[in-house]
Amino acid sequence: METVLENEIKLTSKDFATDQDVKWCPGCGDYSILKQAQTIFPELGVPKENLVFISGIGCSSRFTYYMDTYGMHSIHGRAAAIASGVKAANPDLSVWIVSGDGDSFSIGGNHFIHAMRKNFNFNYLVFNNQIYSLTKGQYSPTSEKGKVTKTTPFGSIEEPFNPSELALGAKASFVSRTLDRDPKHMQMVLKRAGEFKGTSFVEIYQNCPVFNDAAFFAFSDKETKKEEAVFLEHGKPLIFGHNDEKGIKLDGLTPVIVNIAENGLSDLWIHDEKDKTKANLLSRFFDTTFNGEDLPRPFGILYADERPVYDEGMTMQIEEIRSRKGRMPLNKILSGDNTWIIA
Amino acid sequence: MTNEVNLNNTYTEIEAESMVVRFSGDSGDGMQLTGMQFTDTAAFLGNDLSTFPDYPSEIRAPIGTVAGVSGFQVHFGSKEIYTPGDEFDVMVAMNAAALKVDLPRLKKGGVIIANISGFDKKNLGLAKYPETADPLEDLTLDNYILHKVDITKNTKECLAGTGLGTKEIERSKNMFVLGLLFWTFEKPLDHTIKFIEEKFAKKPEIADANIKTLKAGWNYGENTEIFNIRFKVTAAKQPSGVYRNITGNHATAIGLIAASDKSGLPLFLGSYPITPATDILHELSKYKANGVKTFQAEDEIAGVCSAIGASYTGQLAITTTSGPGLALKTEAIGLATMLEIPLVIVNVQRGGPSTGLPTKTEQADLLMAMHGRHGEAPLAVLAATSPSDCFSMAYEACRIAVEHMTPVILLTDGYIANGSEPWRFPIEDDLKPISVEFLGKPNGENGEILPYKRNEKLVRPWIKPGTKGLEHRIGGLEKQDITGNVSYDPLNHETMVHLRAEKINKIADYIPELKPDTGNDKAKLLVLGWGSTYGAIKTAVREAIAEGYDVANAHLRYINPFPKNLGELLKGYDKVLIPEMNSGQLLQLIRAKYLIDATGFSKVQGMPFTTTEMKAKIVELLNQ
Ligand code: SF4
Repeated sequence: METVLENEIKLTSKDFATDQDVKWCPGCGDYSILKQAQTIFPELGVPKENLVFISGIGCSSRFTYYMDTYGMHSIHGRAAAIASGVKAANPDLSVWIVSGDGDSFSIGGNHFIHAMRKNFNFNYLVFNNQIYSLTKGQYSPTSEKGKVTKTTPFGSIEEPFNPSELALGAKASFVSRTLDRDPKHMQMVLKRAGEFKGTSFVEIYQNCPVFNDAAFFAFSDKETKKEEAVFLEHGKPLIFGHNDEKGIKLDGLTPVIVNIAENGLSDLWIHDEKDKTKANLLSRFFDTTFNGEDLPRPFGILYADERPVYDEGMTMQIEEIRSRKGRMPLNKILSGDNTWIIA
Repeated sequence: MTNEVNLNNTYTEIEAESMVVRFSGDSGDGMQLTGMQFTDTAAFLGNDLSTFPDYPSEIRAPIGTVAGVSGFQVHFGSKEIYTPGDEFDVMVAMNAAALKVDLPRLKKGGVIIANISGFDKKNLGLAKYPETADPLEDLTLDNYILHKVDITKNTKECLAGTGLGTKEIERSKNMFVLGLLFWTFEKPLDHTIKFIEEKFAKKPEIADANIKTLKAGWNYGENTEIFNIRFKVTAAKQPSGVYRNITGNHATAIGLIAASDKSGLPLFLGSYPITPATDILHELSKYKANGVKTFQAEDEIAGVCSAIGASYTGQLAITTTSGPGLALKTEAIGLATMLEIPLVIVNVQRGGPSTGLPTKTEQADLLMAMHGRHGEAPLAVLAATSPSDCFSMAYEACRIAVEHMTPVILLTDGYIANGSEPWRFPIEDDLKPISVEFLGKPNGENGEILPYKRNEKLVRPWIKPGTKGLEHRIGGLEKQDITGNVSYDPLNHETMVHLRAEKINKIADYIPELKPDTGNDKAKLLVLGWGSTYGAIKTAVREAIAEGYDVANAHLRYINPFPKNLGELLKGYDKVLIPEMNSGQLLQLIRAKYLIDATGFSKVQGMPFTTTEMKAKIVELLNQ
């Protein structure tokens, strides 16, 4: 978290609502995300004037207009690039990027990977609905293979991105996943993202009832949720199943599903947010089968390990050089080292 | 020229008003450094001058080939010099390829200093001379004064026993050339000796070798009887003051720093390396102690976008690029136009389209700068006329961007960006103040925040995130007048399109009017130029006036908006000639706006106009 006021600030979720009418479709998952964000921001303790939301283009990116903070609704794919400039210029601001799967993984893919690598101390939220919604229903880079959309009437032939794997491959220091239909979980993840120092990547599964309804219901519906999803907690074993009867353990580097009643708890995989190898494996609980078995989709903080952040590095370098060399007076810069006089 | 035979020593001294020297060799021969050192010394001694580095886009093209020839041209004199010169008086040819490339522009009777080792069978073959040809021996160079010097061998002999490797010895041979040239032009070695000592302070053995070779070159001239001509170019009568030598890119960089300093706004540069603009990024990266933030972005788009982000936070934000990069940045520049925030975009133009001629010059991005965005997205366009003018125009670009809350495109080009000239630099106090204001509290009558409420210049307030009570949202969607809320209202859109244009037009009240540069405000012919054609135009017009022609020239540095009086000024002339290194872009703008029948003069060869061709065109038009 970037800035904490010394005296407690008492903001409520209402303080973050703007006078603009919210214009998402009824039932859109974006409403839940807005609500959770407005709920947790008072708890982050950042003065409202220091919060900056930068969004790209897409349904997700309208978000900026609904948060009563500073904000810029920019152009398609470029939110991360603009946010890089905001944060580099003024590291005191708490910067939040709001983007979608098309915005971040297609047109803005280059900025996404470099934001992960450079590790600015900002937060990067991607509302993933696995579809282009603002342009009315074309497949996106996260749409599943075979997806039938207006541009793929016979099914998509493309392999989708696995965002967590992409982020980790790009050296992200914080990789997480949550979903619109689990408010408490989302609040927890958003708070963790806000508190983490570094680029915090939050993938939010977001339902688009109009163009891609129910894409993620398996992870939130009562009947399927506990079979299809595993909720990660640092230091706790990986357990899932209707009656918490299944666990995951590691056989070398291969995850194996075990029955807890038979196996016991002692050798289960204990989630460690700082373990990159395990995070890499976890991220592949997506479309990879291990020993022919599909693993449940992980939610929570897959990976979080702080390392130096760009904006601080930039400031420190400037300060170090300034203290060593001293500010060069403008007249000295104008004259340079070699001058001559003409009388 | 006056010739006089010096009886004590066996050489002839020729006095000249100005001379053009071309250093030409392989990319690895160090011709750029040699040329620059020669230039610095000439400048110190009070010559006015202009330089033209001319090098291939390949970093190391195959050695010895025509593609790998790297040239550095310097024109220096005891009179005012505005161009690097059309033809050379003296050329150094380090190898056969260099001679092949540059001989066509050596004056008849000019001097060639040829490095014999560079003309062996192998080099002649690489330069694709016919099997039987041997230019140093056959009679093809009869019209020139040819000095054959075995530079490579002499350097080797000079450094034998120093313990240096063959490679290091090879590398020193440009110092031999430089020493010889200093002798030829009667210039002292001390400035270069000082440079070498500083450059190789940590490697004294290399410094010694270079100095030894430099002196050997001088002595070769002094002692070898075949070397029998020296040239004397006395100091120019320049306005008194303190001078430095500067390239356009360097001047641009410090113009930006000066604007940052004077405005009190921290400087942020978001940029992606691209020829020939990268030197600005290099230069600004050095000023960390002054708080300058340089961000080497992942691509051109991120370069401009990061600058937009920095500007949004209240900093002086710059992006630097060349044509292909400007093309990539256009959508983001449209955003900045909509956001109405300050942003300076420096476009160091090069030959296009596409990758085009990366290291060659052109002025073909003018219409892109004017119109190259979707929708109607007007912004200010400025152009620098010479290397040192890059300083003034970079400063002006910042002033206009900040005071008028607008993106500004500054056009320079490869010719002035890499070229250099002596500069009577200003001191801090000479610089125009830049006024900056940030909104500190709500500006509506009822305490509302009105981000798009305009002042008398039609400029909206700059609001820094972090300012308590002014939280608001902006973006690329059309803004409602005054409130800045999103608006799709048809009439509001029209109002905003007009307001954005009117805001730019109003800048004309805050820039200088245009005056004729040379000649009167009434004449038969006005040569109207913009950007880097200044030197060639001015020199040609001066010569034409001296010959009795009724001609003047005026030069545009502010292109959008044009100076207020331009229409009036144009009326004073029967004919208007517009020379450009494109197919007639300013010509279109002038014809469209002022409905005059101006004549275009176009050159698109990746090379600047020569004074000769410029004057021929002027004379042609006046004799019609
Ligand atoms: S189209 Fe889909 S994503 Fe967009 S607002 Fe409507 S429901 Fe939400």
